[in-house]
Amino acid sequence: MSNELLAWFPLIPLLGATLPLLFARAGRNACAVVTGAVSLSALALLLVAASSLQIGQSRSVSFEWLPQVGLSYAILLDGLGVFFAGIILVIGLLIIVYARFYLSTREPIGRFYAYLLLFQGAMLGVVLSDNILLLVVFWELTSLSSFLLIGFWRHVPEGRQGARMALVVTGGGGLLLMAGFILLGQIAGSYELSTILTRGEQVRSSPLYLPMLLLVLAGAFTKSAQFPFHFWLPHAMAAPTPVSAYLHSATMVKAGVFLLARLWPILAGTDAWFLIVTGVGLVTMLVGAWIALFKDDLKAILAYSTVSHLGLMTMLLGFGTRMAAVAAVFHILNHALFKAALFMSAGIVDHEAGTRDVRRLGGLARLMPISAGLAIVASASMAGLPFLNGFLSKEMMLEEAAHTTYAGTGWLLPALATLGAVLSVAYSARLAIATYMGPKRSDYPQLPHDPPLGLWAPVAVLIVPVVVIGLAPAWLAGPLVALTAQAVIGSAALPDYHLSLWHGFTPALYMSLIAFAVGFGLVARQAMVDGVRRRFVRPEAKRMFDVATETLIAAAQKITDGLHTNSLPRYLAFIFATILIVGAAGYGAGAALTGPRPLLPVNLPSLVVWAALALTCGVVVLTHANRLLTLILTSVVGLAVSLAFVQFSAPDLALTQISVEVVTTVLLLLALNLLPRVTLTEFSALRRMRDGAIAILGGLGAAALAFAVMTRDVASISDYHLAQSKPGGGGTNVVNVILVDFRGFDTFGEIIVLCIAALSIYALLSGALRGTAAKRLAGMLQAEEAADAHPLLLVVVTRVLLPLAITVGAFIFLRGHNQPGGGFIAGLVVAIAFVMQAVASGHAWAVARQRIDAHTMLGLGVLIAGLTGLTSILLASPFLTSAFDYFSLPLIGSFELASAMAFDLGVFLAVVGTVILSLSQIARVQARAERKPVPQGPSDIPLARSPSAAAQVSSASQAAPVANAIRGDL
Amino acid sequence: MEFLVATAIGLLTATGLYLALRGHSFPVILGTVFLSYAVNLFLFAMGRLAVDKAPIVAEAAPYADPLPQALVLTAIVISFGMTALFVVLALRGYLETGSDRVDTLNDDGNEPEQRTSGGHTT
Repeated sequence: MSNELLAWFPLIPLLGATLPLLFARAGRNACAVVTGAVSLSALALLLVAASSLQIGQSRSVSFEWLPQVGLSYAILLDGLGVFFAGIILVIGLLIIVYARFYLSTREPIGRFYAYLLLFQGAMLGVVLSDNILLLVVFWELTSLSSFLLIGFWRHVPEGRQGARMALVVTGGGGLLLMAGFILLGQIAGSYELSTILTRGEQVRSSPLYLPMLLLVLAGAFTKSAQFPFHFWLPHAMAAPTPVSAYLHSATMVKAGVFLLARLWPILAGTDAWFLIVTGVGLVTMLVGAWIALFKDDLKAILAYSTVSHLGLMTMLLGFGTRMAAVAAVFHILNHALFKAALFMSAGIVDHEAGTRDVRRLGGLARLMPISAGLAIVASASMAGLPFLNGFLSKEMMLEEAAHTTYAGTGWLLPALATLGAVLSVAYSARLAIATYMGPKRSDYPQLPHDPPLGLWAPVAVLIVPVVVIGLAPAWLAGPLVALTAQAVIGSAALPDYHLSLWHGFTPALYMSLIAFAVGFGLVARQAMVDGVRRRFVRPEAKRMFDVATETLIAAAQKITDGLHTNSLPRYLAFIFATILIVGAAGYGAGAALTGPRPLLPVNLPSLVVWAALALTCGVVVLTHANRLLTLILTSVVGLAVSLAFVQFSAPDLALTQISVEVVTTVLLLLALNLLPRVTLTEFSALRRMRDGAIAILGGLGAAALAFAVMTRDVASISDYHLAQSKPGGGGTNVVNVILVDFRGFDTFGEIIVLCIAALSIYALLSGALRGTAAKRLAGMLQAEEAADAHPLLLVVVTRVLLPLAITVGAFIFLRGHNQPGGGFIAGLVVAIAFVMQAVASGHAWAVARQRIDAHTMLGLGVLIAGLTGLTSILLASPFLTSAFDYFSLPLIGSFELASAMAFDLGVFLAVVGTVILSLSQIARVQARAERKPVPQGPSDIPLARSPSAAAQVSSASQAAPVANAIRGDL
Repeated sequence: MEFLVATAIGLLTATGLYLALRGHSFPVILGTVFLSYAVNLFLFAMGRLAVDKAPIVAEAAPYADPLPQALVLTAIVISFGMTALFVVLALRGYLETGSDRVDTLNDDGNEPEQRTSGGHTT
């Protein structure tokens, strides 16, 4: 098998996660079969890949992903990876079978299996990643997919809250882990695990070792529910039981332990590692076991017991000895087997008896003998009774603890480890006795009996190795443990150990005997023990967590409210002020304002235009409350700007600016007709002064910047464009050639933006024809109609000029490649010619005579431009490559045809369409506000003028009739 | 001449900024129009000023820099599209709410009684 295939391990379930969704309609069985097939194929791949793997060997494959940050898609298959991947896939398969029978027919099993496979893929990624950054990616993916699984029952509030808590704790831990891994990568000089693992000495002697260790441990401890982060695991029990059995016993919670094992060769062996990891593991083991003893919910007992066992594994890895590492590996295997079986058994009890509360259970052994038998064996293994696998690894743990000195005292660790074993015996015994032993009861919520084969068979499959390992550990588990342990230990030799039932009269055996005696005694005296517990303070973790998160959320809300005030002036003031500050910092370099470039001499026309512009700006600022006046003045400024373009050798820009100016002014006049004509309220004087200060500073900055740049010389890339315009693009107007040829793709994007703007305008205003907006429109008070809405002279002139204007447009379009002009300008000119018809003769009149819909023009424009580009692809050149040639016709003579002209036609149509669509849509809305009938003809001059209308016209500002004439008529 | 253009850019910027900071939609839109003038002129000026050197290839080299001109040409047209969209947004907003203010104040300039804020839900 080639190593490339290794890359598929996480991908098979991740991609396969779509299949159950596709098969959801095909029924639950088909769905389960498909999901199982996905897991099975990954398992088959694992078996093939692992079969050739010798102890101490590994195989890997790597693809670059983001080499700049050290991220690669690298998969490493070694003993530890095989071990965990095997647990994930085998138990995953059993869970898939179990869930098929566990979930009711009403529940969306396709979604459940999709989440499950997503999780499985993420988990495989965690245990098989060779790149530690990739590992973090998968790590967070397990947090996310477990969030989905815990909250699978969306209607259950506990499920949602538990899911959120798990996500916050494990996802947050993942972030710390990422920080730790980045540090680790920096220390070791590589992000590849296989490289890092060879640099243990370098890592441990680094001054950054301790911060890195703390961050990595924070990630591991949150994931594996170690004290004080253990509180999320019991709340995650709101998940459906198959999820608990899979994630919270065998796989996800072991990810933290996996990480400790994975990094054991480089991190373990220091004092910090020993003290922290051993201490946290020990405390977790005791706290979890103690709480488990008093829980009444079967799944809660199992959850805390899992916390306790995870603590045990952590503690073993913390010891830092090779023998303890072997014991930890062995216990990971044993725990996965009996705990998954127990969770599934709890699910069976819940499913059959209708409750998981041990106070309402008992005597189930008589009603459901098969599942009871299996569960009792599993409990016995959890308690560590002989002839079962739990006994063996617990003995190894006790043996190691007996030889370990902690905090300078030799007896502390053995004593506390024994206490842990005592409690473990006690809660296991209580679980088994309270649920299955004793007499039958008459008050079960529903009468239990053995479930269908599909529910108990997966349990049985797990119980077989529980017993067989217990009897013949070396035969069944020996090779696997050796393979895994060697990978954990790294380059050092495996210790001399024997997986066997009988080790002689060792300290561990005595400690076990004490544990059995005291443990069963505790169960018998449960009430008394409970009394002891009640004397302790029992902090409620969920409440503390809730208070903490609520405080954080409230603080975040406060900050958001402070910033997000729904006030545009405020936002803009912040933005402008920030730009000012950043810009001012730029000036800090202290370069001279004036550069060496010689200045152009000032001429009189320029000075006059400048003065007009300056004066207009001043008046605009002072009188902006009068909106109509401001609008007229704005167009004066636009005129001045286009004159500037004329002066400074930019004829194309001048033509564009002046035609855009016309269109913009008409547009704003139309809009102003529906908006208030004057601004009534203003900000306080203080506020205006602040705004003025921002404006003046901004203006000074812009002016200084522009001046500084303009007085310095520049090396431009334009020489290429100038040189190639004629020979390469076939045109002498370089600006136009750049637009349609050199930067044609840019232009293509721009006309699409224009079309999107036009369509958005259409959509926005179409909505205004209904609902609140339409009501307000209908109720709008209109100013008195101008006496002659369609002045005869204007009507005649515009109609006479229309053919001429269109001819001018065509002329400008055709000459655009060589002289000032082109699609943009021609489009604007033609659009203005049409708009003028509507202004003069009325919108209704113009629409009735409009042959081509504006939408069609937009579509045609983009289509023609796009097809021009695609044609060049058909001719095996890049998109929008242009071609041109010279032709000659009789009478006309020689002329040039360029493919760029077709592109320019597309631009032309898009511009015409945009302008007409935007303006006519506003006019259409305005027609709704019309209270008087829309004038039908262009020459509807009323014969009698009403006195009030005459008075209105004479008293209104001089510009008002213009607005009134346009209103509603475009 | 450079000084005139630079000060014109400054004046247009200052006017645009001041108008953009007003509390009603129409002046704000005019503010963006002024800012468009300023920015377009500024971009154009990045090609340096030249008189009687239009970039139409003929005998009379040198020419003004054509690249900023091409960029500004499309920028002018796009500015129109942007202005039109802003105007229509303002119009729709006004028609829906009956107010053309762009902050949370009422038309009389006071804070409204109820302030909308994105509260979080459990």
